[in-house]
Amino acid sequence: MFPRTDDLLRALPELIWCGFGMLAMLLQPFVRSRHFFTGLALVGAVGGTGAAFVAGATPGEGFYGLIESDVFSFFFRLLVGLVAVLVVLAADSYLERENLPFAEFYALLLFATAGMGVLASARELLTAFIGLELSSISSYILAGFRRDSTKSSEASLKYFLLGSFATAFFLYGIALVYGATGTTNLGRMDDADPGSNLLKLGLSLILIGIGFKVAAAPFQIWTPDVYEGAPTPVTALFSAGPKAAAFALLLRIFASVPAATHFWFWAFWVLAALTMFAGNLGALLQTNVKRLLAYSSIAHAGYILVAFAAVTFMANDLNGGATPAYAAVLFYLLSYALVKIGAFTIVSEIGGWGEKNLTLDDYAGLAQRQPVAAAALSLYLLSLLGLPVTAGFFGKFYIFKAAVNSHLIWLAVLMAINSIIGAYYYLRVIVVMYMREGSAEAMAAAPVRFPVAVNVVLAVTAIGTVYFGLFPNQVLNFILQPNLIAH
Amino acid sequence: MTAPLIIFFVLAALAVGGALSLIFQKHPIHSALSLIVVMVALAGLYLLLGAEFVAAVQIIVYGGAIMVLFVFVIMLLNAGIEEHTNFSKLAGFPGLLLAFALTGFIAATIARSTDTVQAASQPGNMASTRDLSTMIFKDFVYPFELTSFLILVAVLGAIVLAQREKA
Repeated sequence: MFPRTDDLLRALPELIWCGFGMLAMLLQPFVRSRHFFTGLALVGAVGGTGAAFVAGATPGEGFYGLIESDVFSFFFRLLVGLVAVLVVLAADSYLERENLPFAEFYALLLFATAGMGVLASARELLTAFIGLELSSISSYILAGFRRDSTKSSEASLKYFLLGSFATAFFLYGIALVYGATGTTNLGRMDDADPGSNLLKLGLSLILIGIGFKVAAAPFQIWTPDVYEGAPTPVTALFSAGPKAAAFALLLRIFASVPAATHFWFWAFWVLAALTMFAGNLGALLQTNVKRLLAYSSIAHAGYILVAFAAVTFMANDLNGGATPAYAAVLFYLLSYALVKIGAFTIVSEIGGWGEKNLTLDDYAGLAQRQPVAAAALSLYLLSLLGLPVTAGFFGKFYIFKAAVNSHLIWLAVLMAINSIIGAYYYLRVIVVMYMREGSAEAMAAAPVRFPVAVNVVLAVTAIGTVYFGLFPNQVLNFILQPNLIAH
Repeated sequence: MTAPLIIFFVLAALAVGGALSLIFQKHPIHSALSLIVVMVALAGLYLLLGAEFVAAVQIIVYGGAIMVLFVFVIMLLNAGIEEHTNFSKLAGFPGLLLAFALTGFIAATIARSTDTVQAASQPGNMASTRDLSTMIFKDFVYPFELTSFLILVAVLGAIVLAQREKA
């Protein structure tokens, strides 16, 4: 039986990403040109992202209610698609420098993106599980892509073992939820008994599984090692794509299963507080820029979880009180993805062959050697810090507002304290770049020339960061729709 | 106690015992053999639920094909007895404690839950092979097809991570 056309249109982005991934695999034996595959991956990534508009134009549920094409999935498909495009551009020169197989890299990247797209659109837990695994397994392999580096292999193995463990929790959670409700379809759980112990247990196991994927404390232990060991463009992908997709699934569960929403409030409160402190306190001690950004990404997962606590708290409010908190999460994920990809791209280029120059000392005097790179990195760091005129400011501001509106004063206070701790290590990097003299050897060396593709990534992320920092309403008005998530 | 209940407990004990043995055996081959016990016990549980097809597939695919692959790989790699460092022994204690705590917590929660298991009230739709295939190829065709990409990714990953270094 052939699926209906509408069903195919609603899943078009994922189909295109998967199709181009396969195409890259098929052409790999015949074509040797790196530029060809970069072009192919670019066409695939852009094509899939463009197909999100087609899917968005055919709203409704597809494949017997397994996926949902609504504004929500449209937003997240655009986001993961944008991430994929930027990572392709950033990876091009990196793959040549490190002499890595490019066709396989792009194929895995496109499959991972497809998995994230499935996660964003899935309305059924088994479909979501397959999407989660598609993106996770591709990620495990991408993390170990530099086979000659022991750190990369270690990252891959650690990610794989811990990730599989987390997946087991997620799957067991699905089984228990199915046992309690008799369905795995989130759309049919409206009348699930919120008092059911079985349902609560299942939901908590699902939360553990997703908590691992978004690196929420106490499931964050893997993050610094994996982010440090993985090839830097892959790290950029990890920090932006899978995280956004996993948060998307979590939001979809909220919107569809009323029983989940109230039950999770305290869990999110504690997770948010722990994650913020684990990330920010860990980052204080780092001298390796890649690890520092890894800890910062844990901290930012904590900020996003604050918004989740706000969503769960406002769920009682029938007047759409939770909508601003939803919007805060979406806006934050967008601003955060732009910034993290930009920052990791610079780290990737400055790192040089074999990723040797990663310590803070290597960034000393960067402002004199490479003023543009230093300025761009400063912009990203200031956005992570949450300074006005950057997208990061409004991201933090909306979450803060959502927390205060939900009367989560203590959580808002903790968030403010953490932002201040964060300021220390973000500013430290900027101070090192602008105030400290580099070693004579480093200053004598010729500045790293950034390839055109990398410059495009930096331009897009920097302009996006400033643009959304000045005009956040363009995105917000789009997100703040009553029918954001279809019921 | 009814007969199905007794059979259930026997099979469940076999499955859990096999799984424990799988973890605690020192030699990989012994672990692999323990895994067969788990697979067969699970197949028995599926039969008990009236899912003949799934039970048969479980035996053929897992008990047969996958186990042969496991044993072959272990022999090809010539994997010996696993080594324990002092640290890994030390880490075993809290690990064991936490495992017991989690199992106890889950068991207690399930035991205390008085609500009926909803899934049990709809047994018919998994029973026959015909119903199962309708479900896989109609209702769940999307994740089913995605699974093939999942396997493709796994194969691609194995090749990428294991291929010989280019000269």
